[in-house]
Amino acid sequence: MPKDHGIGASSKRREDLRFLTGRGRYTDDINLMGQAYVHFLRSDMAHGKINGIDTSEAEKMPGVIRIFTGKDFEGVGGLPCGWQVTDRHGNPMQEPPHPILAQGKVRHVGDPICAVVAESAAQARSAAEAIMLDIEELPAVIDMKAAVQDGAPKVHDELDSNLCYDWGFVEENKDAVNKAFEEAAHVTTLELVNQRLAPNAMEPRVAVGDYAPGTDESTLYTTSQNPHVIRLLMGAFVLGIPEHKLRVVAPDVGGGFGSKIFHYAEEAFCTFAAKAIQRPVKWTASRSEAFISDAQGRDHVTKIELALDADNNFTALRTETYANMGAYLSTFAPSVPTWLHGTLMAGNYKTPLIYVNVKAVFTNTVPVDAYRGAGRPEATFQLERVIDKAARELGVDPVELRRQNFVTEFPYATPVAVEYDTGDYHATMDKLLEMIDRDGFEARAAESKARGKLRGLGINSYIEACGIAPSALVGQLGARAGLYESATVRVNATGGLVVMTGSHSHGQGHETSFAQVVADMIGIDEGMVEIVHGDTANTPMGMGTYGSRSLAVGGSAMVRATEKIIAKAKKIAAHLMEAAEGDIELKDGEFTVAGTDKSVAWGDVTLAAYVPHNYPLEELEPGLEETAFYDPNNFTYPAGAYACEVEVDPDTGKVEILSFAAADDFGNIVNPMIVDGQVHGGLAQGIGQALLENCAYDEDGQLLSASYMDYAMPRADDVPFYAVDHSCQTPCTHNPLGVKGCGEAGAIGSPPAVVNAVVDALHRGGHSHVMHIDMPLTPHRVWQAMHQA
Amino acid sequence: MYNFEFSKPGTIDEAVAALGADEAQALGGGQTLLPTMKQRLAAPEVLVSLTGIDQMKGICLSDAGEVCIGGATTHATVAAEAAAHYPALAALAGRIGDPAVRNRGTIGGSLANNDPSACYPAAALGSGATIITNTREIAADDYFQGMFATALDEGEIITEVRFPVPEAANYQKFVQPASRFALVGVFVAKYADGVRVAVTGASSDGVFRWTEAEEVLNGSFTKDAIDALSPPSGDMIADLHGSAEYRAHLVKVMTGRAVAAAS
Ligand SMILES: Cc1cc2nc3c(=O)[nH]c(=O)nc-3n(C[C@H](O)[C@H](O)[C@H](O)COP(=O)(O)OP(=O)(O)OC[C@H]3O[C@@H](n4cnc5c(N)ncnc54)[C@H](O)[C@@H]3O)c2cc1C
Repeated sequence: MPKDHGIGASSKRREDLRFLTGRGRYTDDINLMGQAYVHFLRSDMAHGKINGIDTSEAEKMPGVIRIFTGKDFEGVGGLPCGWQVTDRHGNPMQEPPHPILAQGKVRHVGDPICAVVAESAAQARSAAEAIMLDIEELPAVIDMKAAVQDGAPKVHDELDSNLCYDWGFVEENKDAVNKAFEEAAHVTTLELVNQRLAPNAMEPRVAVGDYAPGTDESTLYTTSQNPHVIRLLMGAFVLGIPEHKLRVVAPDVGGGFGSKIFHYAEEAFCTFAAKAIQRPVKWTASRSEAFISDAQGRDHVTKIELALDADNNFTALRTETYANMGAYLSTFAPSVPTWLHGTLMAGNYKTPLIYVNVKAVFTNTVPVDAYRGAGRPEATFQLERVIDKAARELGVDPVELRRQNFVTEFPYATPVAVEYDTGDYHATMDKLLEMIDRDGFEARAAESKARGKLRGLGINSYIEACGIAPSALVGQLGARAGLYESATVRVNATGGLVVMTGSHSHGQGHETSFAQVVADMIGIDEGMVEIVHGDTANTPMGMGTYGSRSLAVGGSAMVRATEKIIAKAKKIAAHLMEAAEGDIELKDGEFTVAGTDKSVAWGDVTLAAYVPHNYPLEELEPGLEETAFYDPNNFTYPAGAYACEVEVDPDTGKVEILSFAAADDFGNIVNPMIVDGQVHGGLAQGIGQALLENCAYDEDGQLLSASYMDYAMPRADDVPFYAVDHSCQTPCTHNPLGVKGCGEAGAIGSPPAVVNAVVDALHRGGHSHVMHIDMPLTPHRVWQAMHQA
Repeated sequence: MYNFEFSKPGTIDEAVAALGADEAQALGGGQTLLPTMKQRLAAPEVLVSLTGIDQMKGICLSDAGEVCIGGATTHATVAAEAAAHYPALAALAGRIGDPAVRNRGTIGGSLANNDPSACYPAAALGSGATIITNTREIAADDYFQGMFATALDEGEIITEVRFPVPEAANYQKFVQPASRFALVGVFVAKYADGVRVAVTGASSDGVFRWTEAEEVLNGSFTKDAIDALSPPSGDMIADLHGSAEYRAHLVKVMTGRAVAAAS
């Protein structure tokens, strides 16, 4: 019987009532008395030298309050980067300044140059059109390999080159890896592109800055996944506002997928300008602006080589990747192609020797940072594609080749610095094969062929690292932040609870699943638990939501705080029942004394805590409120096996996904329905990457796919009904819930399944020269691949 | 969007008069014009809505057996009401955009705009339709004059479009993955006096007739006849979504499919 409440129940998402009835309160719903509006005049060229800005005509336009330029921010901090990567030679990465408004140069289409603050948004925009810019266009660097050639135009004149860092991992293993390649019986090589994506959260970014002169307090309302991080970065590094004078609120947020982790210029601007003009200042991005100002994702160009011995055991892996940083370093950009990517290159396999080289490059494009999966999709894609190619070259079954090399003993220390605490990769592969009727595939392929279509099957494994992360470890790796999480559990006198969490929900359903956990621990109705998040004024310092960390890290903090609550409540109960504390048991919201029929209800104890008439005041403070901070001692490692079946129309190259199956091991599951939803969403994004999405720049740095006319988002009819299973469960060994995280798996594991399937289909159709096609596998690209000589 | 005046006349004459004003522009369903105005790429001072003119709405059969569609008739109405008379045309209308677009967008707006990837131009040219305006009748063969260019004069209104009904017809639309306009769309119609093949989405000259295909189909209205042809030459569009060569290839594939579906 499926559970109907508490941990393991598919409780309906309580937040959906307001989301689906239009009663959410998003940042753009916030309008403050006397608010002004800002419009950013953005660069329409990718690279240029600013010779002059004439705002005199614009200032005379109706409604204009003030026009800001880079000059207004001289002496103000730029946007900080939160992660410093050390290169192969032990040197820190090159870290250029990132001004709020362009100073001296513009470096990508969309780079903000001026900010016009006016009485209305339309007036601000009209006035921006009257600004006279004198910008001398400079040659743009777009292609990463060209950008690191000698003599390439420099994105940042003050840097030595466009190379941010040249990272080697594990540098000490390099020679041993090279030697293993020399001794290999077989080497498979694959060059591929993991294309740039635009995150496209449904809600575009919004910021409202407010300043209270009476108390010298600033408030920023913003579309963020981590309000405390923004408060720290913006307060300490950009505007010099102490945290106790700065409040950051991220109310309902309509999706983030990573793009709302980072601290953006517009947030700092609105906060700064609100103080400067002593009025609230609001900015709402248009979708067009989102395309040229939200941090984008992926954009790796990789060569991967896999060495195998004569028995097809993987003996070594070597990769060289160019990773695009864009024009500036976004908040966590340097960590994505390094620590979130290199550490996952072992995948599910016991390859003993691995060397990963990553060259991060500045180009005249929108900054790139973490996007759903962040580094792990790039790692998984290369690895699972090269293994499929190896199987094809060797003429062996791709599933058996994987199985033969699976890690089977845990804990397993990889050669790339991480330790998998637990897992069972055969179990998810077995489950997957059960789900897809692989044996029936040949008959289905024959049926497709009879209709003139080519059917293909792609299978792969994946592993990822979630629950980021042990603070001490990431500190060593260059993070300029801790990565614990926090929760305060406040019990009210009448027994209801409010949990204030540092995690942030922007679609994940925390208000439901977090409440399930706390209610389950106490044995009360979920309706008695309210989850509060998103406001630095009423939540403890937290690091926010990304990297599928909320339940694993934030949930663990909440469990710890609730344990403290229960421990104290037991003391109170013991006093009320005149029993020994050690004999008190809590079940279904009742405290009992072991071996007796004495009991007191949860509500009696909570009331006693706040009306302490009969209370051990000498030993115990009144009240029932506890805070816990939880710092994990390892990452969690969700893993699984995915399969995709496609049909290719050989006349047009169009790919149709017929079925997609996902067998995931997420450890313990709190709410199966929410997990299904997370996997569905991830798969849709992964399929979007595999078949449709592409941020394409022309050689001048103009974004060709700058609207939905050219940027293809997956729609309902592009994706199949998914078969999703998470019954294989190896609980995480080091967090109290045994959970691993499920938010990104779908986006990480699915692109190689789709591409493997299409390549399989083409081979079956006689196009045996096609060993790889770069994503997105548009009809045009598939057709071209079939017809290239 | 900049400010503008708005008028919604009830007759064609009033609309023509209103369009005489400085910087006045006709508004059909607004599915093309309004997004352009929001992006500030168009800035008419007066918008004259045509959707309040009853004379310009609806579908009927003429005495000559032509399907007559009012210039302000929405795609949704055509999809529903032309189905009995001209199924291929109704099916084309039913696959334009999404329900919101189809419930606002009009045939007059689509033909006046003449987007090189739009669907209706293929139907009009492929059917040898007549575009009726407030001043004259224009044969489809004379109407389309290249991307976004038509025979319409400033202020001229498409009041009606007349489609002769073919013996057999079909429209094959291969969608551009992002916009879902036609990457290539081919409308094939077989009339007693010959076959017409009109292609949209492919050419930098806008919608065009693939005359080689028409010739072979006049001899044998079969997919095989098309399979034996080379893809059309001419100046094909090349962009992110498809090379010129791919588009030319698709024209042939879609034409073959349209013939197979029509016959
Ligand atoms: C999301 C989306 C998807 C779409 N997909 C497709 C598609 O798949 N295929 C396709 O063909 N189209 C597609 N369209 C375009 C759609 O069909 C538009 O409705 C059409 O192109 C314009 O018609 P309208 O009535 O909206 O014209 P408007 O936008 O109102 O006007 C367009 C132009 O025509 C002029 N005009 C309007 N009516 C008349 C008239 N009666 N006489 C003279 N001039 C007139 C206007 O002045 C303006 O210049 C799509 C549009 C959107 C927004």
